[in-house]
Amino acid sequence: MNSDSLTFIFLNACIMNNFVLSMFLGICPFIGMQGNLKTAVRMGMTVTFVMVIASICATAVNLLLAYLHLEYLRLICFVCVIAGAVQLVEMLLKKKSPALHGALGIYLPLIATNSAILALALFQSLNQYSFIQGLAYALGAGAGFSLVLVIIAGLRERLALPGAPDVGRSAALSLIVAGILSLAFMGFAGVGY
Amino acid sequence: MSTVTNTAAAPYSLATLLNGMWKENPGLVIALGMCPTLAVTNSFVNALTMGLATLFVLVVSSAVVSLLRSFVPTQVHLVTHLVIIATLVTIVDIAIGAISPQVYRALGVFIQLIVVNCIILGHAQGYASKSTVYRSALNASGTGLGFTLALLCLGGVREVLGTGEFMGAPLFGERFEPWAVMALPPGGFFVLGGWLLAISWWKRRTGKKSAGVEQKQAA
Repeated sequence: MNSDSLTFIFLNACIMNNFVLSMFLGICPFIGMQGNLKTAVRMGMTVTFVMVIASICATAVNLLLAYLHLEYLRLICFVCVIAGAVQLVEMLLKKKSPALHGALGIYLPLIATNSAILALALFQSLNQYSFIQGLAYALGAGAGFSLVLVIIAGLRERLALPGAPDVGRSAALSLIVAGILSLAFMGFAGVGY
Repeated sequence: MSTVTNTAAAPYSLATLLNGMWKENPGLVIALGMCPTLAVTNSFVNALTMGLATLFVLVVSSAVVSLLRSFVPTQVHLVTHLVIIATLVTIVDIAIGAISPQVYRALGVFIQLIVVNCIILGHAQGYASKSTVYRSALNASGTGLGFTLALLCLGGVREVLGTGEFMGAPLFGERFEPWAVMALPPGGFFVLGGWLLAISWWKRRTGKKSAGVEQKQAA
């Protein structure tokens, strides 16, 4: 598969180089989250949504900075523009589509400063993706993130049943479960090359 | 953060420093701010660089935020803090690139991801914007050193198990088969999980012991 093709970019971000399991990005919400499948799906949708916004912002910021020869300001611009854009979109949603806002709204401000979002923008500019490729990358990363959130939520629901020792009833258990999951996902490494 | 109240036993400054390093170690006890750092703790040197970079950003950003705390209106706190932190991270990024291109290549994007480390922003928002420069810098040093320590614990274990070497020096002789998975992403999860388990077990044990002593004294 051509490494510039949209399918490859999508699958690469979604499975081979999953943001959570192979790059440890955005694990804060996943450690903190309670084991609930419904929340996981919503959270995943929100992350995907914000990632698409971030990808669009990143393309715009990159074009502007390249035009002005100010590439060293990239990080500062990314942080501010993404945080601003997410807040703007949140206000728009609140006004135009209260239903969607009700579903996604509570997580939006939390996610704006999540490492996965900034990493998406940074990787996108590192790989010099075009606008369309960037969108495919964002959708793939979002899909991968949701996939892992849903799997972990499902596992958590199971984990509540057996009596794990008290010592492990913290982040430790979820981390080790995530490690095993990450091991499973490593089987996908190299697919498509 | 109510870390400053319990200072009766030791001198103020030392207690604050130690508190961040041990009792409330951000990485190992509260499991905070690990997202952008776990990926690059596969060797001791990487972990050290990452830890020191975070320490620098944390201390300087706390001092600057604390200096500016009476000038910045509350409404723009978050944005101001983000810009200060992002500026410092850009400085660190360029500095590491100039000092050691090899480490820079290994760490890649993850240096820039220090921006979104929850410890730094949390510290700026929750502590530095409310206390004096000296106090917030001190508290930040404690937290930053603790974080570096946590990263070193991870990086050291992963390097020794994953390659059988420590900073390039072989440890176990030729018959040791490197446990390669420890240097790969799953190893990061396993080692951090293991440390968290060990520390919560240790805390529980010492907690029980001191509780037992108190009960005896009461009896």
